[in-house]
Amino acid sequence: MSTQIQATARDIDGPLLELTDVTTHFKTPRGLVRAVDGVSFVLDRGKSLGIVGESGSGKTILSRSIMGLLPPRGTVRGGSIKFEGREIGNLGRKQMRGVWGKEMAMIFQDPMTSLNPVMKIGKQIAEPLQIHLGMTRQNAWATAERLLQDVRIPEARRRLDQYPHEMSGGMRQRVMIAIALACGPTALFADEPTTALDVTVQAQILDLLGEQRRDRNMSLILVTHDLGVVAGHTDEIAVMYGGKLVEKASTRGLFANMKMPYTEALLLSIPKLEDRSHTRLSAIAGRPPDLVNPPTGCRFAPRCPYAADKCRNEEPPLIATAEDPGHLYACWYPVGSAAYHEAKVRIANNKAGLATAASAAGGN
Amino acid sequence: MAGTGKAHLRDSPDVLLRIEDLVVEFPVGRTGLKVHAVSGISLDVLRGETLGLVGESGCGKSTTGRAIMQLPRPTSGSIQFEGKELTAMTGDAMREARTRMQMIFQDPISSLNPRRKVRQIVMEPLNIWKRGTDAERSQKVDGILEEVGIDPMRAAESQPHQFSGGQCQRISIARSLVLDPSLIICDEPVSALDVSVQAQVLNLLEDLKAEYGLTLIFIAHDLAVVKNISDRVAVMYLGKICEVAPSDVLYESPAHHYTSVLLNSIPVPDPEVAVTKTSIEGEPPSPVLPPPGCRFNTRCPAVQDVCRSEEPQLRAVGDGHFVACHFPTITPVELTTR
Repeated sequence: MSTQIQATARDIDGPLLELTDVTTHFKTPRGLVRAVDGVSFVLDRGKSLGIVGESGSGKTILSRSIMGLLPPRGTVRGGSIKFEGREIGNLGRKQMRGVWGKEMAMIFQDPMTSLNPVMKIGKQIAEPLQIHLGMTRQNAWATAERLLQDVRIPEARRRLDQYPHEMSGGMRQRVMIAIALACGPTALFADEPTTALDVTVQAQILDLLGEQRRDRNMSLILVTHDLGVVAGHTDEIAVMYGGKLVEKASTRGLFANMKMPYTEALLLSIPKLEDRSHTRLSAIAGRPPDLVNPPTGCRFAPRCPYAADKCRNEEPPLIATAEDPGHLYACWYPVGSAAYHEAKVRIANNKAGLATAASAAGGN
Repeated sequence: MAGTGKAHLRDSPDVLLRIEDLVVEFPVGRTGLKVHAVSGISLDVLRGETLGLVGESGCGKSTTGRAIMQLPRPTSGSIQFEGKELTAMTGDAMREARTRMQMIFQDPISSLNPRRKVRQIVMEPLNIWKRGTDAERSQKVDGILEEVGIDPMRAAESQPHQFSGGQCQRISIARSLVLDPSLIICDEPVSALDVSVQAQVLNLLEDLKAEYGLTLIFIAHDLAVVKNISDRVAVMYLGKICEVAPSDVLYESPAHHYTSVLLNSIPVPDPEVAVTKTSIEGEPPSPVLPPPGCRFNTRCPAVQDVCRSEEPQLRAVGDGHFVACHFPTITPVELTTR
């Protein structure tokens, strides 16, 4: 029952999105900020990808680089971004207009500020239909009503005549999704789509996004800091840290067999519902790297409990695991390796050593 | 009266804070309508305990926290803190009482004065109350800054914008501690922080609580965070308390349908379990015109006629476990009258 508007078919066989060594740097008075620093990956048609990382990891800038939504001044871009086999990384804003809406659309974190407060909901949905698909006004408004029904907004016809302030946060995010879906995009980018919403509403919106993706055979790129959100709603996960892609795998593969100590640390630092209250959390010491002067070697090395000299000097390449060619990670001593276990033993011994030293000092 | 009941209040000499029938209402323009932010809740906190307040936005959890500080003064109800009635206090007595309870806010950067040096910000409460000599103040401030993991030398030279979000929250915590309060009200203190930093701040709060013998009220929307830090948790919905229980009990055996829904809505970071969850429809109704009867009746999966007309009272369903529901998932135990 969804309003399906097919985009013109092109290069159906190849991957939907192919990134090769994408860099996005910003010129600032402090120096060059390496927000995205050499990211490569491939996304297949109809798949959902979660891009996970903390603030400053480059996840949002990466998604905006693909969408071409960066300020033109002070931005230095490199690498190649291919969408349906066509290079879009070097397109200007005017050319991107033909891509936005019909081929890629985006929904943002804050549904309060992403809508025009002085324009009726109906017009905000109908406008892209008229501009991108050349619909008549009447057709566009009829389609807008169907779109509101698709995103499960009750009394769709009445809502068309309302302004954003007359709706709740969850409803506004549904309207944003309706606008993004309007021109039948092949890829939908959602940047923290539920962070501003309450947990019960978040569950509804995530289910809605998943359902629309399946109905429309659309790719979904879900950018979030929340591993819980991506676990249930994506096929693949890309973990970013300090502007780099540090691990990428199928969602099940990643959770079953994480290789990068950062991914492991991130998962361990989340309080879990099944743990008893007052369970000590394993925090990651320190804070994310400065992207003007990123550390040499592995960017996580300064915070990594298992880091060795090699980690601090040589940057680990992104390589595949022996079992699964689709599982990529960038670490010299991945979780589960012999060196990792040695490091664990070393840390345990150090702790025990410190404790004995402390008790000996206390005894004096 | 048709309140939410007080069965869960404790008779203990260790009660630090006791809230009874707290009502906070705000006028809606000149319409004569009111926002029913908090509608007759009762709560108590024992010395050294951490009480978690959870619920979705608009449930009144932050308003409750601010009403304790008398910011603004509640519409009605009683708040006893260290045996004294706060709602009757005025002027200097109120100012004095506020030194004993402090608040930490959600946004760590905007809650610090951007034009002051960090050390000055932490020192200011001591200057205002003229506590100790200059040397004693310096010693105290440096000690607390060290304690929260901020270098006092750097704090003396730097302004808040030179610190990260996590560090600013540490500074806020330091500021709240300098006057040796007995109660700290934390309003979403970690929701603006990244998960790795959130864990650091939560661990810090636990350590400081033990060291300074603090009592905490921890307000948050994240149920896992609240479970981790709290001894006792109260779940709020639309200005009312649904359920109160010891932390572990609440999460193991929720008795209120709303608590179950909340727990089921949390995305679990494990792809093997995340698929089968069902969520509820709709969003909380407006607190301007809350539904009669049980306020959750418009979304409750187990609603019956009585829920739409009669307000449920808090009843015991286990040791220290109370629920305000006509048809709880756990059979209530009949209590001898208190």
